[in-house]
Amino acid sequence: MRSDGIVTAPLNDTRAEVGELPDIGRREAGGWAVPTAAVLVLALLPLVLSPYAQDVVVRIAIYAVFALSLELLVGATGLVSLGHAAFLGIGAYAAVMGSGESGASLFFLVPIALAIAAAYALCVGLLSLRTRGVYFIMVTLAFAQMAYFVFHDTKVGGGSDGIFLYVKPVMQIAGTTVLDLANRAHFYYAVLVVLAATYAFIALLLGSRFGHALAGIRVNEQRMRAAGFSTTPYKLAAFVIAGALAGLAGLLLAVKDGGVNPELLSWHTSGEVLLMIILGGIGSLRGAVIGAIAFTLLKEACQSEALLGPLASHWQLTLGLVIIGFVAALPRGLIGLVERVRQVGAPRG
Amino acid sequence: MADASPTASTAATGTPLLSARGLGRRFGGLAAVDDVSIDLAVGQIHAVIGTNGAGKSTLVNMLSGELAPSAGSVHFAGHDVTRWPQPRRARAGLGRSYQRTTLFPEFSLAENCRLAAQAGAPRPWRFWERASADRAGLATALRVLAEAGLAADAERVAGTLSHGGKRQLEIAMCLATAPQALLLDEPLAGMGAEETGRMLALLTTLKATHAILLVEHDMDAVFKVADRVTVMVNGQVIASDVPERIRTDRAVQIAYLGDEAPTLAAGAAALLPEGAGPALGRPGGRPR
Repeated sequence: MRSDGIVTAPLNDTRAEVGELPDIGRREAGGWAVPTAAVLVLALLPLVLSPYAQDVVVRIAIYAVFALSLELLVGATGLVSLGHAAFLGIGAYAAVMGSGESGASLFFLVPIALAIAAAYALCVGLLSLRTRGVYFIMVTLAFAQMAYFVFHDTKVGGGSDGIFLYVKPVMQIAGTTVLDLANRAHFYYAVLVVLAATYAFIALLLGSRFGHALAGIRVNEQRMRAAGFSTTPYKLAAFVIAGALAGLAGLLLAVKDGGVNPELLSWHTSGEVLLMIILGGIGSLRGAVIGAIAFTLLKEACQSEALLGPLASHWQLTLGLVIIGFVAALPRGLIGLVERVRQVGAPRG
Repeated sequence: MADASPTASTAATGTPLLSARGLGRRFGGLAAVDDVSIDLAVGQIHAVIGTNGAGKSTLVNMLSGELAPSAGSVHFAGHDVTRWPQPRRARAGLGRSYQRTTLFPEFSLAENCRLAAQAGAPRPWRFWERASADRAGLATALRVLAEAGLAADAERVAGTLSHGGKRQLEIAMCLATAPQALLLDEPLAGMGAEETGRMLALLTTLKATHAILLVEHDMDAVFKVADRVTVMVNGQVIASDVPERIRTDRAVQIAYLGDEAPTLAAGAAALLPEGAGPALGRPGGRPR
């Protein structure tokens, strides 16, 4: 994020200069340089990576979008949701069902996925935000399970088998196809653009007055109300934005997997994305992205028979133990490790 | 988002800016506050004293809107605000500080105050605009920090302040919301003599432009700055008068010292020792 808070112009006559104000504790070293460099590296990766490895990168990038959306809730606003997969799944189902058997344009599918996920988030948020703490966790979980069973036990979305996405969406401008998600390279760069845009959007949001108000609510909601903030609309807005972005990630995931099934909405998925941001370090956007990378790679490694032999069929056990180890050793997540290394490397000052 | 900005003429001392009538709050069978009426006017510090559990904090919570009263009404600046939620009352000019320090420890002092000031001009949809570009808010922040005597520490992280400093910041944040009335819940708790002196000087200055409710246990301080004192016992007001008369009020002495208070003179002396006596700062006297 850009290091902000520098105020040098005269402010009335109180004090001419305020220098750099220590802002909200969310300023990350290096400003925009690190994320920009990361995007450039990702853009060049297809030149050297195998198609399989590119697939892994795409999956990680989609999960990173999902994790960033949850970070807006958990890290920025202090709302721990254990039902975030519902929005991912609903976005995915909206995309697949909207595309039908003949396919559809992204100009139609993206707004549809965003809007339906946002609408469900609005309903869930309106009800769940009446509760706090562990009750909020349970209510969000309950709403996600409800959505899961609707898709699992009814014929709405093809039941427990889900639905195939027959034709991958395209984007056409004036009759020419500018983006065809069936094309591997097109899809790769489309996902990369969505990830970069999501990161930039949330970073911008957190640095704005809205973001500072969310931070205030996270730290001390009572004080915010006493100052005159109606805090519920703020929390609801964060909840809806997070839900919509998760829906966008769902659309990408449906395109990538060529279909949807109810497991996308299961509480396992909600738990996994929560683990991603915990693993990466709550309170940092980079942490959410690093967490998505680390979790996906760890899961991949634990499921690999080449690496672990017969143990691979019990990957949940090994993955669980590895994550417990990580969290015990790095209470502030992997991003905390990065900061520690930087502090050791940098001269004391 | 600005609600009904109060336009009532509040400058005239004597016209109450905030007035509560017959306020009551029951928690189950317990009447925490019972039929309390209180007026606040600009130019006046109205102190509320009473034993622990007398209902002072419940009263403040009902005035600020954090707690809905079971009975009675609250009028503020010409509006019936009884049903207004706290944020709306706050935007209308009713500020409060908390007994426990409630500031945002990771933010700078200036950001603490700027964020409080933001409530008056939230503009949450302008997500592309940096919060640090909120010049009006920052100017307000620096002004209120200067008023509260914290100008030199604007860039400091709030969590590193001394206890007294945090209490001052609490007041500054309250001022940042441009309130007309201040509800201060034990602003002097845990403060040293020097810090107390500074805070009392600040309150005396603020009194000229604000209506102030001061809930406090420090009797010396109360009788030094208060223009009016209300004494609460068991959720009820047993006396409300100018400090001189409260000092000699028989009901107050009984409430604080018990029935067998030897004599009026001795009781008054024990209740309000000139200069010190924190032993009586938190009286645990029996009710009538």
